[in-house]
Amino acid sequence: MQIDLSVQGVSKTFGDFIAVDDVSFEVPQGEFFSILGPSGCGKTTLLRMIAGFTEPSRGKILIREEDMAGVPPNRRPVNLIFQHLALFPMMTVAQNIAFGLQRRKEKRSDIQRKITRILERVDLPGFEDKAIDQLSGGQKQRVAIARCLVLDPAVLLLDEPLGALDLKLREQMKVELKKLQAQVGTTFVYITHDQSEALVMSDHVAVMNQGHFEQVDTPQNLYHHPQTSFVARFVGDNNTWSGVVRRCETETVEIETVSGQHFRTRATASLSPGTAVELFLRPEAMIIQPAAEIPYLNRFEVIVKSLLFDGANSRLLANPLNDDTELLIALPQNRQFDHIRRDDRIEVAWDEQSGICFASPE
Amino acid sequence: MTMNRRFQITLPLICFLTPVLLWLVLMIVLPHMDLLRMSLRAEDDFGNAIWSFSNYMAFFVEPIYWLTFVRTAVYSILVTLMTFIVAMPVAFYITKVVAPRFQGFLMMLLLMPFWVSELVRVYGWMILLRESGVINHFLIRLGILNQPIEMLYNDVTMIMGLVYTSMLFMAVPLVSVLESLDDSLIEAAYDLGANMGTILFRIVIPHAMPGIVSGSIVVFMLTLGNYLTPNMIGGKNALWFTEQIYNQFIASFNWNQGSAFGFLLLALSSLVIWVGLKLTRQKLSRVAQ
Repeated sequence: MQIDLSVQGVSKTFGDFIAVDDVSFEVPQGEFFSILGPSGCGKTTLLRMIAGFTEPSRGKILIREEDMAGVPPNRRPVNLIFQHLALFPMMTVAQNIAFGLQRRKEKRSDIQRKITRILERVDLPGFEDKAIDQLSGGQKQRVAIARCLVLDPAVLLLDEPLGALDLKLREQMKVELKKLQAQVGTTFVYITHDQSEALVMSDHVAVMNQGHFEQVDTPQNLYHHPQTSFVARFVGDNNTWSGVVRRCETETVEIETVSGQHFRTRATASLSPGTAVELFLRPEAMIIQPAAEIPYLNRFEVIVKSLLFDGANSRLLANPLNDDTELLIALPQNRQFDHIRRDDRIEVAWDEQSGICFASPE
Repeated sequence: MTMNRRFQITLPLICFLTPVLLWLVLMIVLPHMDLLRMSLRAEDDFGNAIWSFSNYMAFFVEPIYWLTFVRTAVYSILVTLMTFIVAMPVAFYITKVVAPRFQGFLMMLLLMPFWVSELVRVYGWMILLRESGVINHFLIRLGILNQPIEMLYNDVTMIMGLVYTSMLFMAVPLVSVLESLDDSLIEAAYDLGANMGTILFRIVIPHAMPGIVSGSIVVFMLTLGNYLTPNMIGGKNALWFTEQIYNQFIASFNWNQGSAFGFLLLALSSLVIWVGLKLTRQKLSRVAQ
């Protein structure tokens, strides 16, 4: 499989500040690769280095096996879709799309043909002569994508292009973008701080934090098998407890939380009695009112503080007895739990295998 | 109902409009009407005042008048063009290249010379450029010249002086229009394969067009109507049309002829600006914003 983009030990420093810290990854041809991280984690700097607007302080960037050191953005086979799209307001849709082709001195008739074809591809046939300010948010999005895709780049870089759209449109564009990528087969590198965008669209996601990659994995693995506490915390919702390891067995460890609860959970590497740990648990891993005969459960009672109804994504907000830790508990909408009210005292439980704990950072 | 309300003359409207109207009528409309009346008056053979176009005819009959007129117009356009060429990189540097915290400082540097009156600044140039001036002194000291040369009183120096005088009026609208240009447009063009020239002509200048046109109008009108700089730096050779007007009023006491020249200058500047707007496909209402 051809590697379209290879980043090898790239760092970027601004004075004393390390924006990107020794990052390496490879993106094979045709993959949708996302870089997910909170704002200020260095993902935009990384993207701008791939596009050529900044040079790395250390390391190498290879695009289709060619070293890009010293190659300016206008000579790189990558194109960038900007956060605010940066469509040229003084030009029509067709002129915007033709801009890159004209720079390559392509023939007028070829340009005409390519514009028509790409506009059909992004579902905007006949939009050639529209002015940019006549377009809706979603249409602008598609023109920006068309303007880059028409140049047939080796890698298409996207800098949070969905950020400015409203929620409904964002959901729709997510699916469309994924479909479009599958159709055209161009390698996409997408950066975002929105985990749902990254999880829905990507083949692989890199979670970035303070300049380095925490984990590069498939969306499923990131969610189910996070390798660091940052990934566990950042991807998906969590209940978090701090505690200390009391006992280690081969498969499980017993943890005493700060508020005195005892939980048994799956053991991960290098935990010994006395280690301070953080325990993470997905809201949907909580079972409400479990049957008495199910083995290997951590059972405890909680008091319901409020019901957060949100369709399929409904939750309970609850406190354990004598403790004001807030817990999120998924509330399946199968009518089985319709009787639960505020201030009810209910039993909840979770399977020993569904919690994940990491040694807490000092 | 809404129409009625829009055109109702209310007390606040009167309060705000009165000073403007007074200004316009008393200081612009009335004097111009009087000038227009004067420009159309002449004396017949018996010394009686009559209505006549003879003042305007004199302009076309006497080559020195209309040659000066054409020369003034051509040089004013040239000065406008050169001012743009000088001010554009300055404005671009201030808005796009330099770190934001220095922008204010650089704008101050740009504005500072204009706290001093034009007269003083022109004297400054004269101290530098005249035969016994600073530049000649240094050139002779360095052995580059054997004897001082006169750098004042020629067209090149005069145009340089006019460009210098009008720099600010071009730079300020350019800075403000370039500030509104999103940097990512420049980066996007660069990313799509454009070189610096293409970015300048396809992205920066089209975006800056309203600022360029409004700056050009101001610079052109100020240059066309400038009396001080052409006279002092250009001297007797300046042949600037404002000088002709001045001579008619002050030297020949021919107010009627002077008024006619004044109106011709007004017509000229209006014509050139109208042609300029047509050529660049800009609307005055948009440019004036």
